[in-house]
Amino acid sequence: MSKKIGVFVCHCGTNISATVDVEKVAEEAKKNNPGVSYTTTYKYMCSDPGQKLLRDKIKEEGLDGVVVAACSPKMHEHTFRNASKKAGMNPYHVEISNLREQCSWVHPDKPTGTEKSVDLVRMMTEKTRKDKSLNPIKVPVTKRALVIGGGIAGIQAALDIADAGHEVIMVEREASIGGHMAQLSETFPTLDCSQCIMTPKMVELAQNENITLYTWSEIEAVDGYLGNFDVKIRKKARSVDLDLCTGCSSCWQVCPSKKIKSEFDMGLGKRTAIYIPFPQAIPSKPVLDREHCLLFKDARKKNIPPNDSKVCRKCLDICPIAPVKAIDYTQEDEIITEKIGAIVVATGYKELDDISMYGEYGGGKYKDVITGLQFERLASASGPSEGEIQRPSDGKVPEIIVFIQCVGSRDPAKGCSYCSKTCCMYTAKHTMLYKHKVHHGHAYVFYIDIRCPGKGYEEFSLRAIEEEGATYLRGRVSRVYKKGDKLVVLGADTLTGSVVEIEADMVVLASAMKAQDDAEKFAQKLSIQYDKDKFFSEIHPKLKPVESSSAGIFLAGTCQGPKDIPETVAQAGAAASKVLALLSADELEREPVVAKVDRLPAPIFSTCIGCFYCQRVCPYGAIESEDIKARDGSTIKTVARVNEGLCQGCGLCAATCRSKSVELAGFNDEQVYAEINSVEFN
Amino acid sequence: MSEETKKTKIGYYPGCAITKCSTSEEYGTSVLGVSRVIGPELVEIDDWNCCGASSGHATNHKLSTALSVRNISLAEKDGYDEVLAPCPMCSQRLIVSQDDVEKDEKLREEVEDAIEMPISNNVKVSNYLEIVKNYSMDEIAEKQKKKPEGLKVASYYGCLLVRPPKILKFDDPEDPKTMDEIVTAIGAEAVDWEFKTSCCGGGFTLSRTDVVVKLTNDILEGAADAGANAIAVACPMCHANLDMKQNNIEKETGRRFNIPIVYISELIGLALGLNPKDLGMDKHFIDTGSVINAFSNIEK
Amino acid sequence: MKIKITTKELTSDFAKEVKERSGIDVKKCYQCGKCTAGCPVAYEMDYMPNQIIRFVQIGARKQALTSRTIWLCASCITCTTRCPKEVKIAELMDVLREMALEEGVANPMEKDITTFHEAFLNSVKKHGRISECGMIMEYKRKRPKAALKSALQDLSDGSHLMLKGKLSLAPHSIKGKDSIKRIFEKLG
Repeated sequence: MSKKIGVFVCHCGTNISATVDVEKVAEEAKKNNPGVSYTTTYKYMCSDPGQKLLRDKIKEEGLDGVVVAACSPKMHEHTFRNASKKAGMNPYHVEISNLREQCSWVHPDKPTGTEKSVDLVRMMTEKTRKDKSLNPIKVPVTKRALVIGGGIAGIQAALDIADAGHEVIMVEREASIGGHMAQLSETFPTLDCSQCIMTPKMVELAQNENITLYTWSEIEAVDGYLGNFDVKIRKKARSVDLDLCTGCSSCWQVCPSKKIKSEFDMGLGKRTAIYIPFPQAIPSKPVLDREHCLLFKDARKKNIPPNDSKVCRKCLDICPIAPVKAIDYTQEDEIITEKIGAIVVATGYKELDDISMYGEYGGGKYKDVITGLQFERLASASGPSEGEIQRPSDGKVPEIIVFIQCVGSRDPAKGCSYCSKTCCMYTAKHTMLYKHKVHHGHAYVFYIDIRCPGKGYEEFSLRAIEEEGATYLRGRVSRVYKKGDKLVVLGADTLTGSVVEIEADMVVLASAMKAQDDAEKFAQKLSIQYDKDKFFSEIHPKLKPVESSSAGIFLAGTCQGPKDIPETVAQAGAAASKVLALLSADELEREPVVAKVDRLPAPIFSTCIGCFYCQRVCPYGAIESEDIKARDGSTIKTVARVNEGLCQGCGLCAATCRSKSVELAGFNDEQVYAEINSVEFN
Repeated sequence: MSEETKKTKIGYYPGCAITKCSTSEEYGTSVLGVSRVIGPELVEIDDWNCCGASSGHATNHKLSTALSVRNISLAEKDGYDEVLAPCPMCSQRLIVSQDDVEKDEKLREEVEDAIEMPISNNVKVSNYLEIVKNYSMDEIAEKQKKKPEGLKVASYYGCLLVRPPKILKFDDPEDPKTMDEIVTAIGAEAVDWEFKTSCCGGGFTLSRTDVVVKLTNDILEGAADAGANAIAVACPMCHANLDMKQNNIEKETGRRFNIPIVYISELIGLALGLNPKDLGMDKHFIDTGSVINAFSNIEK
Repeated sequence: MKIKITTKELTSDFAKEVKERSGIDVKKCYQCGKCTAGCPVAYEMDYMPNQIIRFVQIGARKQALTSRTIWLCASCITCTTRCPKEVKIAELMDVLREMALEEGVANPMEKDITTFHEAFLNSVKKHGRISECGMIMEYKRKRPKAALKSALQDLSDGSHLMLKGKLSLAPHSIKGKDSIKRIFEKLG
């Protein structure tokens, strides 16, 4: 029995009807097409009355197939499928013919637009004729979330999920949570102390009974799918037993290696080999840096087990824990596996620290040319100079300080075209911090634009100029060179059309936020997409800003792109709410538009020849292998199988398969050929 | 209008440009002539001096302030609460100087020392449009004898009547209406145009005539294109540039305007039936005959 | 053009000096250019009005004070009226002119303008009011080139004014000439 198909042509206001004769399209849809039993046009199909029209006609006309000729299926396929479902039809018999994006918007001339629209509608009618009923796939949910990264984004997301009563596993690769926010001195636009607002949250997280914290740990592998992830976590050897250690500080006080550059202080301060990164660290327990520890160095040199080296055992000797000491040189990496329902990726950013790419600014060459984060540490009361602004080379308080904006950003020639978004504001803040500490000092800022679109940001940046007296010069700096103990900064002020030469004592580069060095690898591990700058991609920049390309994996904070603290916290909250929505259901419904590798009766079992090309092209890691076994347990053949939980229905596998063994539901070959064959080529 | 306001006596500060035997004397003549018919009574401030005008403020702020403020102190001494300065250069300088000494105690002391008089700053300085609007609108209606026919007037305010607005607080600086209201009140058509407060080049008449020619040309074109057959002004500098320089402009640009430039006081005077000669209308560069002839007696 | 900033020559000093003299805080200017956009004389200027503010902001004293722009400003105050940051730009031009004269660095290209101001104030100093004839004569005598250029026009304008009785040869003097002289002595 052939289908009774209804065709509904939308005017989309005048978006479609201005360049497409919609009445003619509806008329033509009926011609020579016995399957089409009803056609109409309507001003706005997506409106309430438009949807009602669709529902009513399905019932009145007894339709069992629908083509809505309107905008992109990305916009309203869902809307019309829902409407048809309400009218008692299987929603997968609804197809969208895209007359707006693919026709009326791109063709200026009405006859051509109309002709193409007629074809587009006919194609979809043919496809609809071959549509089969599909039913949503149901998957169970593990009610536990994983948060990767313990900066402000991760902490916020973890707390929000845990406070709603769900278990959270947090994995942080550094020895302490806190991330970059813990490094900042004060925050814009209120100038409140970063540590003061950050540490209570860190403590709250550590004390939350729903949260399990793994620091000095990394994600090894993520398998499974939405609601059912299997996550392997590598707990790196810390050489300290966190259960035994009390954080008494004896070990790092006696450690003789005292001149290791502190990562937390951006290389400006020093730390020991066994250390806590900063006083408020959580956990407040040390980690042993095996690369710099004298004992491990000796063991490596002599090629003996560390425990056999006798060079230095001061930390172990002084450890007061008895009978078993908290320090353990023999500790090894440990792999833990956790079952997870949803994941929040909050892996943060890395400041552009390879400033040697700016040789013209003396980056990496002159000690007194420093980065933004280095300045934060200088200005911080817990920093290497206890908050006094001293230049690194000789400790002198700079009287003239020059800030250069857009370093590592808005610089396509250096491979970084994007705006790092926070630097304008943090530079304004830096000038204020500097002026507050060095009253007689003079701050100059070279900028291209001053971007301050946040709440209170414009006022903040003007305060730096008008009240705190920072002098802003509009132009990039071309060169910084040394002259005596001064740094000569050669810049421009394009507003007056002049060259500006400043003899400065110190130069601060407003270095950009970059993606983490291993972002690409990490994204591949999670099967999530990333952009040209290696920041992780959201699915839709406006409507799905925290959803990654893999179902059940959400993005929070600067791993997705440069952003400031308020925006990061807001995004973390949004990601948490998405996780909570997932975890609130016992079962999840998924779109049935997934691929399937055929299975046939013996002796063929499947036409799949097991080449696994499909596995190579699948962006979601959804292709698994299956051994088809004989009764005696021996393997007859190994074929591909699609994990429905992971499959996103992109169709790459079906297109790649050479033996035509893979079929994408709703897009099978028969349907696609029917579409193509319906077009009259001339 | 009440009997009391009718009797109001206002200090008159003509300023250099509009006194007898000066380049813009017809403005002063017509202001005084009109006030004799409809009030308020204007009494010249004794021994007033030049406010310093643009040359004053352009080169010496303190000197310019002192020269201006001296006149206010004189008016105060003569017992006036309000002073009319018909020339906007003067009224603006006087008001801004008042504001300056009000806001700067040190400047006030220096100025008091220089003018050897105390400053109490209780005198309100008004421009001519304010005076007409505040005291004489009913009187004009009452005593109007003639009405114009087909007279389309572009009201040109120039810079100094309205700027700086925060200190002068007179009318809308981007689209003032007071002069248009007066023009309409006497029965002429006030044309809507875009150059009401554009600059004419002011004090550059002698030193940078080229600048004046360019700017006044824009204004004349704007008025002509809006269909005006006369431009009303309340500023001697605007008048000088538009009237005296109109032939220059025509020579340079080739466009013939022949638009009479009349003081608003002259228009009021004509409406009151005063003799055009007594209003000084024979002293213009551009013949004002067309304006004078537009007025005819109101039939009662 | 090159601007040099060292510990000895700091940008903030000039802006501070201007602020102390006039109360005008150039730091408030965010260089939107609205002043320039509305300036009727900008087409004749060597630097745009916003650039003059910029010079003060970044301490380019010489560039600001020797510019022709400060003299070409017609004091129409359109800039101040429309400035979104309430910077008194026209008034800033006054201060800069004053400073340029004090330091003897006024741009010689605009000598016609400075001479006019001089002649004008001399007349006020002498008589208490403007003696138009005397003032014009002094100006023309000091700027013979300019006088020659406009001789014909002046002759025609002048004779018209004379004929209409609008240009008096006799100065308008006031009684209190002495008090005016004292004002000039104290503040001039």
